[in-house]
Amino acid sequence: MCNQAVCLVAAELERQGIATVVIQLLRFVAEKVRPPRALCVPFRHGYPLDSPNAPDRQHAVIEAALRLLEDQTLEPPAMVDFRPS
Amino acid sequence: MGDLSEFSLPVQLFLRAYPWRRIDPVPWTPLGRPLNQCRLALISSAGFVLSEQPPFDDSTKGGDPSFREIPSGAEVQTLRDTHRSESFDHSGLREDPNLAFPLDRVRELATSHRLGSVNQRHLSFMGSITAPGRFVRDSVPAITRLLKEDAVDVGLLVPV
Repeated sequence: MCNQAVCLVAAELERQGIATVVIQLLRFVAEKVRPPRALCVPFRHGYPLDSPNAPDRQHAVIEAALRLLEDQTLEPPAMVDFRPS
Repeated sequence: MGDLSEFSLPVQLFLRAYPWRRIDPVPWTPLGRPLNQCRLALISSAGFVLSEQPPFDDSTKGGDPSFREIPSGAEVQTLRDTHRSESFDHSGLREDPNLAFPLDRVRELATSHRLGSVNQRHLSFMGSITAPGRFVRDSVPAITRLLKEDAVDVGLLVPV
C-alpha cells in the first residue's frame, strides 16, 4: 500500500509541475500503478534505502534516484532497477 | 527486489487481488534546471511524526489519510515511527529514520551542492491506505499546494 500511496502523490505533483522520483519496493506494484519515475530497489520492506546507519549506502540509492530526474532519455512511466555496486 | 514472499500468505493473497489504482495518463514534468539549482522536498509514507505530533491512526477504515509536516530543521533521530503495519520489520527505521526519511542525506547533498537546497518542510504520512479515495481527494492536493507554495522543484518519495 505504501508503494501505491507515494505513486499517487507523485502523479499529482507532476501534474502541477513538480518533477518526482519514487523509490519502489515492489516492481509489480509500480508496473500496475505506473508512477512517472520509479527506482525499483532490491531491498525488503522497511529498508527502502538499504541499511540503517549506512550513509554511503543510502546516498547510493538517492543518487541513483536523482539520476533518473536528470536522464533526458526517459519516457513515462520510467521504471529503472537499482543495482547495488 | 522486495517481493511478495516477504509477507504472510493472507497478505500475499490480498496484494494479488487488490485493485491497484492505475495512473493514466502518466503525467510528466521534466527537470527544469540543473539539480544544483533545484529545491527538493521529501515525502515519505513511513509514518514518522515529531514527538509533539499525534501518531497516525490505524483504526481509520481504509487507512489514515492525514499527513504531518516535518520541518527541515528537525532532528532525524527524534522522529517517531508510528506506522502501524505489522507486515514489515520496523527495527531499521527505529534505529535510523534516515532509512525512509533521509533528511540528513539530502542536507548533505545540499551542502555538497549536488542539490540547490532542501525545502523548509517535508511531508509524512502512513502508507497503509487500502481505500485511497479520501487521501487522493483531500491530502494529495493539500500536499501539492504546500510544495507549490514553497516553490519546490523536485520531490523524492520514499515508501516503506
